[in-house]
Amino acid sequence: MTDIAPDGATRYAGARINRVEDARLLTGRGTFVDDISLPGMLHAYFVRSPVARAAIRGIDTSTARALGGVRFVFTAADLNPSAREQWHTSMGPKSPETPRPPLADDEVRFVGDPVALVIADNRYVAEDAAELVEVDYDPLPAVVDYATAQDADALVHAAHGSNLVGELAGLPESELDDVFASATHVVSETIRQQAYTAVPMEGRGLVVDYSPATSELTIYAATQSPHEVRMFCSRLLGVPEHRIRVVMRDTGGGFGQKVMVQRDEMCLMLAAPKVGVPVKWVEDRRENLLAAGKSRQEHANVKMAFDEDGAIQATFIDFVSDCGAYPTPWPVMTAAAVGALFSGPYRVPRATFKSQAVYTNTVGRTAYRGPWQFESLAREVMLDIAAREMGIDPVDLRRRNLLRRDELPYTNPIGMTYDSISPLETFEQALSMLDYEAFRREQAEARKAGRHLGVGTSNYVEPSTPGYGYYGTEAATIRVEPSGMVNVYIAGGSTGNSLETTVVQLTADALGVRIEDVNTIQGDTAVTGFGAGVAGSRSGSMTAGAVHATAAILRERIKAIAAHKLEAATEDIELADSRAHVRGTPAVGVTFAELATTAYFGAALPPDVPPGLEATARYASVAQSIWVNATHVCTCEIDIETGQVTLLRYIVSEDCGPMINPNVVEGQIAGGTVQGIGGALYEHLAYDEHGNPISTTFMDYLIPTAAEVPMIEYGHIETPSPGPGGYKGVGEGGAIGAPPAVVNAVNDALAPFGVRATQLPLSPDRIVELLDRDTG
Amino acid sequence: MAEVQLQVTVNGQQRTATVEPRVTLADFLRDECRLTGTHLGCEHGVCGACTVLVDGSAVRSCLMFAVQADGADVTTIEGIAAADGELSPVQAAFRDCHGLQCGFCTPGFVVSVTAFLRDNPSPDDEDIRDALAGNLCRCTGYQGIIQAVRRAAETSG
Repeated sequence: MTDIAPDGATRYAGARINRVEDARLLTGRGTFVDDISLPGMLHAYFVRSPVARAAIRGIDTSTARALGGVRFVFTAADLNPSAREQWHTSMGPKSPETPRPPLADDEVRFVGDPVALVIADNRYVAEDAAELVEVDYDPLPAVVDYATAQDADALVHAAHGSNLVGELAGLPESELDDVFASATHVVSETIRQQAYTAVPMEGRGLVVDYSPATSELTIYAATQSPHEVRMFCSRLLGVPEHRIRVVMRDTGGGFGQKVMVQRDEMCLMLAAPKVGVPVKWVEDRRENLLAAGKSRQEHANVKMAFDEDGAIQATFIDFVSDCGAYPTPWPVMTAAAVGALFSGPYRVPRATFKSQAVYTNTVGRTAYRGPWQFESLAREVMLDIAAREMGIDPVDLRRRNLLRRDELPYTNPIGMTYDSISPLETFEQALSMLDYEAFRREQAEARKAGRHLGVGTSNYVEPSTPGYGYYGTEAATIRVEPSGMVNVYIAGGSTGNSLETTVVQLTADALGVRIEDVNTIQGDTAVTGFGAGVAGSRSGSMTAGAVHATAAILRERIKAIAAHKLEAATEDIELADSRAHVRGTPAVGVTFAELATTAYFGAALPPDVPPGLEATARYASVAQSIWVNATHVCTCEIDIETGQVTLLRYIVSEDCGPMINPNVVEGQIAGGTVQGIGGALYEHLAYDEHGNPISTTFMDYLIPTAAEVPMIEYGHIETPSPGPGGYKGVGEGGAIGAPPAVVNAVNDALAPFGVRATQLPLSPDRIVELLDRDTG
Repeated sequence: MAEVQLQVTVNGQQRTATVEPRVTLADFLRDECRLTGTHLGCEHGVCGACTVLVDGSAVRSCLMFAVQADGADVTTIEGIAAADGELSPVQAAFRDCHGLQCGFCTPGFVVSVTAFLRDNPSPDDEDIRDALAGNLCRCTGYQGIIQAVRRAAETSG
């Protein structure tokens, strides 16, 4: 299961190690936020707006307050004045964020907008009381369709002056007029993606516990970033950071939705000092689908120019995204990333873009696994359309345009410089795993028999591990305890990302100890140094950097003590299997337990070696981004009577550098891929024309089940990154690569009918409608 | 609200309690019995995270009132492993096949699969997918879960 390194030490990185998280999670002994129960704890429930937009003329809470077991009913007037600052560290205080009233004050702006907060002895009573809060809503015209929002008379935020949150653009489109005019082929199309989102199995939640006597606040949170929860709360309440402790042990999925603090969480923080005893808020599924945020919901007009050989000459994307009423954070940079990354892992000499973010009276946009992934959807779907129009096989068209290793580093036409990637290699690996030519033969046979098979491919390159600002550093504290056992402390924020196992593997290797001798403590701001948490596919690379930096300090000390005890030279000491020994004579050694005893209690420390065996170091990223690439290939069969799409084979070839734990890598790829399949085929966070959400249960919002998913086949190319261990990020990619591969497979199957799908999701009714339009 | 008395055996231990009639079995197990391994992912009977065994049948404890379990024998995720902590074959297979990530849906899957394999010790892949389709997972894409059920069927069979 594990390798042996050249120096004789067991190597855990690279091995399929079972996870240290699993025993507690499999036996019901995990600690999710809803599992926290504190003495005297009360329970919170929100009153939420039932209309998309209305003025609040008055709120009568008297009946609700009179109900037995109700302790508090807060409205905006009670909570909002206590809010001081409300900015996220990653964005900084000057980001032009949408003003976010914790509770809606004068106006509600989407169905689900929090209006009042009821706090009662138990959740049942809190929900009863919420029904007794009488809100006088004066309905106002709602802006529901983002595509026409900029022409609407109604404004989502009157003070903003328009429904355009903001826009960023490259050179004017006219700068490319010459190349589009002279190109052999120009392809243009509008590609649309519907609203779908993270939908973690555990919703958001907090337990806030404010101690009036000491002015200390403890927060148990479902979060991807405990330190951000602490910093945000400190600024919001004006409570000094060191008086706040944020704890998370197990969080039931996040996928971006739990990176930032939203209005609901702000309300709980603001209520905490007023209540003075612990309060729990855990959102239910309806609230999660109503108010936790939406993602995707965007479209673009796209143009691509090709020469007579099919080489891309230029690209242009005019992108518009729906950001709802309260996007978190400011969504314009993400929109711009769609433009900046649109050329993908291809040779594109010239390009420009325009990206707009638009307000609507719907739930606010939040981050979701590859928030900019529309660039890959639009580009890859366009490449298939272009190939078909030019009479070139889509695979050949990609081969002609994909970047080769000898062209790296490559600066794309918007100015992003890629390196340490392998797009052509992953593409060829995935195609050979499929046996593309054999599939084409099978497809031709099937068509003769009246069956409709299709194959789709997609390639992407993504920036992982942001290396700047808030995200740019990570700390580790390692303690070799007096017994010789090792504890490693990392900021944490793992929401299923296997960060505990990863850090234990890395630490065992870095110190030369047995993996069972390492334990990790994460997700508690009281004992861990600042870290930005799980986001941006950063944890593998950043924790590796932190562990290596800290372990290097301890290795030096351990070797010095061992050399002293063994009467050998420090440089001759090797660390392996929780022992220090003299190189070449493994029998002559000393255990970590003996070394720790000396370090903590012994008088026989060598000169210049400090007592104890504990160290902290902070790693600063060596790159602005660590680039990752992958290829997705899938095949499908379509029932043209029912419109049902069945995925047959699904192949992902990914280059995330050397793998720390292939199980974890493949698990991340699989999860993201199936989320992407869900977005392509099933999921839709839909609203009616009045702004009423119509998918607030799992009977309406259809996430994939085990009955639909294909078994995923994995290929790996391991091009080292410039970061620690050569590792790269792998968390987000599946959700980027899957939607275009699925759409392309469907369009390939439908090609004989002369129709093409350009709007997601590819639900059975949409496919039947496309075919009817063709034949009718 | 008038409370009702119930007697129920949970993981082999007899309990007597008084609860409001509207309290769900899931809330009773979590709040009264402090068995927090049973998770609530939707509270409308779709996701299966709250699955427990009632008299041996896998049921969604969010769709059942506690008083309906009066006199019943209930097994939760906490009652699946051996008393000394040794994982059951289903639990061990989930661990060995990376069948869980965040672990929130996992108790429901483990309980459902435990009942499924008891009744169908040699399932084929279609049986497995059908059986799993009543539980939702958002992390794994079901890859490791499907493999875990195959593995558990082999090791128990």
